Amino acid sequence: MRMKGAEAIVKALEREGVEVIFGIPGGASIPLYDELYDANIRHILTRHEQGAAHAADGYARVQGKAGVCSATSGPGATNLTTGIATAYMDSSPVVAFTGQVATPFIGKDAFQETDVIGITMPITKHNFQIRSVAEIPEVIKRAFHIAQTGRPGPVLIDLPKDMQEGEAEVEFPDKVEIVGYKPTYEGHPRQIKAAAKAILEAERPVILAGGGVIISGASPELMELAELIMAPVVTTLMGKGSFPESHPLALGVLGMHGRKAANYAVTDADLLIAIGTRFSDRSTGMVSCFAPEAKIIHIDIDPAEIGKNVRADIPVVGDAKRVLRQLLRVLREMMRQAKTKAWVEKVQRWKKEFNPRMDYDDIPLKPHRVIKEIMDFLGEEDIVTTEVGQCQMWAHHYLGRTKPRTFISSGGLGTMGFGFPAAMGAKVARPEAKVIDIAGDGSFLMNIQELATVVENNINVVVAVFDNRYLGMVRQWQELFYDRRYSAVNLGSSPDFVKVAEAFGALGLRVEKPGEIRDALSEAFDAGKPAVIDFIIDRECNIFPMVPPGRCLKDIIE
Amino acid sequence: MEDTHYIVALVEDRPGVMQRVSGLLRKRNFNIDSISVGETEIPGISRITMTVRGDRVTLEQVMKQLNKLIEVVKVSELNPRESVIRELALIKVSVKNEAARAEVVQYANIFRGRIVDVAKQSMVVEITGDEDKIRAFIELMRSYGIKEIARTGKTIMARGAKSVKLRE
Repeated sequence: MRMKGAEAIVKALEREGVEVIFGIPGGASIPLYDELYDANIRHILTRHEQGAAHAADGYARVQGKAGVCSATSGPGATNLTTGIATAYMDSSPVVAFTGQVATPFIGKDAFQETDVIGITMPITKHNFQIRSVAEIPEVIKRAFHIAQTGRPGPVLIDLPKDMQEGEAEVEFPDKVEIVGYKPTYEGHPRQIKAAAKAILEAERPVILAGGGVIISGASPELMELAELIMAPVVTTLMGKGSFPESHPLALGVLGMHGRKAANYAVTDADLLIAIGTRFSDRSTGMVSCFAPEAKIIHIDIDPAEIGKNVRADIPVVGDAKRVLRQLLRVLREMMRQAKTKAWVEKVQRWKKEFNPRMDYDDIPLKPHRVIKEIMDFLGEEDIVTTEVGQCQMWAHHYLGRTKPRTFISSGGLGTMGFGFPAAMGAKVARPEAKVIDIAGDGSFLMNIQELATVVENNINVVVAVFDNRYLGMVRQWQELFYDRRYSAVNLGSSPDFVKVAEAFGALGLRVEKPGEIRDALSEAFDAGKPAVIDFIIDRECNIFPMVPPGRCLKDIIE
Repeated sequence: MEDTHYIVALVEDRPGVMQRVSGLLRKRNFNIDSISVGETEIPGISRITMTVRGDRVTLEQVMKQLNKLIEVVKVSELNPRESVIRELALIKVSVKNEAARAEVVQYANIFRGRIVDVAKQSMVVEITGDEDKIRAFIELMRSYGIKEIARTGKTIMARGAKSVKLRE
């Protein structure tokens, strides 16, 4: 078929099943947008490219397939980069399109030219610059394949303007063969056997579930494994929701702001079954005293994660779901009575003893109380996104989740400003779900312009601002480790979030008393438009428990 | 233990592939002593030779991270004791008089180098060999005055039947 490049792009996107693109057009992408005008793909015009990238990411994390964003060349492209880096760190399949100056102008410092390929090399799984119109369908097929398979990640396609405008004979391939890209999905049988043997011998096993469990859809297998071998389950931030936190074997999240029972269990375990996790420093604390007594089984689809941060005694490279199935097949035959009874009783005693208090009646509000009311208000399938900092860690620690893909947070990059646009993407992916962003006042301001986007497009998300007028996490560190020298963390009294919400056409509510929280949530979710709830919280409330940086998981301050 | 490791990567010959490889090495904080690249017997495939300093864990990480690059098709470590390692150097030496000229020619012959350019005040010697040989020759030339050195970086090939192929 002979067609224009831009038409080939849109056709290829339709063939990939793309339903929505978040983006902003510009000079170098007008030909593409001219094609989108007639296309059967929804385009959501964000107010900043960073919002578009995070929205595509949020969409991808909820939907489990690639989210797509688009920006023009130069500043449009550079504005995407924080969102791309966020997706990269959290293994989220985002496909980003950038306009580029026409090929003859590349390298001439043309208007709005930037080397987006060079800029995004270290923060994408792969990137492409279109060099001929004819290669467009193949490149797009490759991009989606790379983004969505193996360990997922963002892929960027740079589109010089003349490639969008030029015409060529094009063919749309049904599949692609990439010689240097062959992810391993099945676990090696010998390693599976070794893992099974270690599991059968363990008396104090702990399962550590990471984001890989969610990505591969391995929650049912994880549940079966935990119940079969009677092992407690802890999750990372990225793994939150992979195992119901209401389950008797669930100990909740581990790490710097993890549950005490989870940190203790990992420290005392004789076997750690780590699934789909990269052992981030925020999860492990000091590595030399991480799971010091445990043999470690490390299941991950990315071989480079094995042995990168934490030693692995029994590495298994493969997809979490498939490896767990293989493992379960072996274990079902060999498993007799689990030897873990005393251990499970012990961790459950910890769990009970350290169950955090949340029912504070204080004014100003304690964040725990707000989190509790939000948790009670939401259904299992509703979606929580978070910003980054104290608000994120309050949600991480206190807000129980039971289903995968219902807790969306920037784990690796820790991007303030992520939660709100991600909530927008989540709501687009699952319009029937309630979607709430747990925000701090500092984070929310970093992408607050997207209020216009959600209002204009009737994307009715709720933003819960935990308003303490501080960059709270930095202030907490300054309080604890820098002698209370509060350097550059006071956010003052501007803005009035209720008025800001109203100015954008959203509902704005302010809540100062515990008794008002529930009604405010009802009003916000029933508003028929996006809503912002400004929760005035205790200014200097800290997030505890906490493992100070560079310390062992069991060295908890509270 | 810190050691020098020889890594060979076969890569798709596309624009930017060297930047991907060198950028990866930099971002992961790996120490590279030398890196060289050239065509191979397979059309569209280039061969990159790197010498990396570090312990076994570092080496393993370098290889695994390189393997993750989409355009990297194959990564191998070669044992230097079972391989041929060569580098080519071009050295422009001052020759102030006939005696110096004669001596440089003589040394070049001993080292199996070649004189590839002769001018009134200088000569260019081409020398191939392993690191020790090239270093020794450069040391000898210092007394005459070295004007310029250009080196290709090391390249390596396993001796005997073993070879770095796309599929094994």
